[in-house]
Amino acid sequence: MTASTPQKVILSAQDVAIYYGTKDAVRHVNLDVVSNTVNALIGPSGCGKTTFLRAINRMHDVTPNTRVTGKILLEGEDIYAADQDPVTIRRRIGMVFQKPNPFPTMSIYDNVASGLKLAGVRDRKILDGIVEQSLRQAALWEEVKDRLKTPATGLSGGQQQRLCIARALAVQPEILLMDEPTSALDPQSTARIEDLLGELKKDVTILIVTHNMQQAARVSDTTSFFLIGDLVEHGPTDQIFTNPKDKRTEGYITGRFG
Amino acid sequence: MTERIKAPPTRLGSGGDKVFRGIIIFLALCIVAIFVLSIYQLVSGGWETFSKYGLGFFFTSGWSPAKDSYAALSFIASTVLTSVLALIIAVPLAVASAIFITEYAPKWLAEPVSYLVELLAAIPSVIYGLWAIFVMAPIIQGWQLQILQNPQLNAIPLLHVDIPSGRGLITAVLILAIMVIPYTASISRDVIRLVPRDQREAAYALGATKWEVIWKAILPYARAGILGGVILSLGRALGETMAVAMVIGNRAALPTSIFDATATLASVIASEFGESGGLQLSSLIALGFILFLLSLVVNFTARAIIAKLTPEGIKV
Repeated sequence: MTASTPQKVILSAQDVAIYYGTKDAVRHVNLDVVSNTVNALIGPSGCGKTTFLRAINRMHDVTPNTRVTGKILLEGEDIYAADQDPVTIRRRIGMVFQKPNPFPTMSIYDNVASGLKLAGVRDRKILDGIVEQSLRQAALWEEVKDRLKTPATGLSGGQQQRLCIARALAVQPEILLMDEPTSALDPQSTARIEDLLGELKKDVTILIVTHNMQQAARVSDTTSFFLIGDLVEHGPTDQIFTNPKDKRTEGYITGRFG
Repeated sequence: MTERIKAPPTRLGSGGDKVFRGIIIFLALCIVAIFVLSIYQLVSGGWETFSKYGLGFFFTSGWSPAKDSYAALSFIASTVLTSVLALIIAVPLAVASAIFITEYAPKWLAEPVSYLVELLAAIPSVIYGLWAIFVMAPIIQGWQLQILQNPQLNAIPLLHVDIPSGRGLITAVLILAIMVIPYTASISRDVIRLVPRDQREAAYALGATKWEVIWKAILPYARAGILGGVILSLGRALGETMAVAMVIGNRAALPTSIFDATATLASVIASEFGESGGLQLSSLIALGFILFLLSLVVNFTARAIIAKLTPEGIKV
């Protein structure tokens, strides 16, 4: 752990289970996430890691027939409590998706500003400032500062994904969820985004789902290993990769299955 | 080493390919030929008119079979006017129904509603015309009678009533609006369904409400396709003949009030063609040529606009 501030649990999953219809995709997950860390969720396809990630910003609310039980506490407050508004939750917990998904009809600038505009920010100066700041955080500013008004789709795949990161950062979330953010990118773009995470965690707590174990080992402070809907093991990344407690974790990280 | 498996000999040589290719080319050329032939027929049929009036035929008003004098401008204007007004009414309804079907309606309701909307397109236009005559016209006649009793209202130019017949511009516009809804609605529904899930989720993840997701993510993404549906509707509205001819009043003049009787290119052709000859017939064919041109222009403009509106990166 590299956080210099006293360790604070920002997110806490308590006995979380997620159902698609009657099928349980995730069972009884208990997980604490310390602020300003990068947390990797690993496991074979279909293990429930993405399903779990999407529960954290209540993304399942928009899919019919999906149910989340248990508690997910953001700074001590249950985000699934009846008085919580998913819209507010999603402003506090941003998300970056598998495939870069900029809004194709918007310019680079408008993409980054879109979340702020949704939140009602109209002041040009504030928008300009936050757009620049977010693009700098996403290490994209130097590449796009002269063409902010051009369509976002003119960027390369890797740039588009960094644009999506900037877009998510612009609403200044406390937590950033990343769902295999580099799986559609070439190795070079992947490396750039991995380098970014180390910088980003100064401002935001990151949960990243990844298929790539080297990636998890490179970028994360803690790692959670999921298997068929169960959280098998959770701990500091070093320990998970060098000295896993569970046989199944060891089997997966040494490549015996997965 | 295992022996390589040989492909069985083909039944036909490449001869079959050539025959098929020939048939396909022939059929494709037939379509081109029909297109060229219609232009030729329209131009040659209307030649008497074009040579007598020249370009003036397009740009002046005053169509009078009694004086054997003909001009097209009022029909062109009325055609564009009825179609555009009909779209202004129909497009919001159509897009709203598409949004309802795709985003709000539960499945058990979405399918029947979407089927009913499409069914609107299957009703023959003469039925719409009859319905407009027997149901809509009396209602509009009622409005007209009320306006006639109220001199202040009647003094408003756009609402002025001459003859309370229930037939005129507004009747034609309303029936056209209903008739073109299914085209915009079904195409909008299809393109909205095609908006990728990650576009919706991107907006949700930024803290958008459902309404904002529709307004900021879905509709912009689908706008080119929706516009395609609108243009298809416009094409239908411009050329719609039967229902319009039955309720528009067929008066060769520009309307100055929404209740005025007027005539479109298609409606005047339908209502006068039967008993015409000589210069009148030639002028009607010339009107047909104009309608043909108008549709072409609409189509080409539409393609250009759609190409411009389609976001880069999702071009097919």
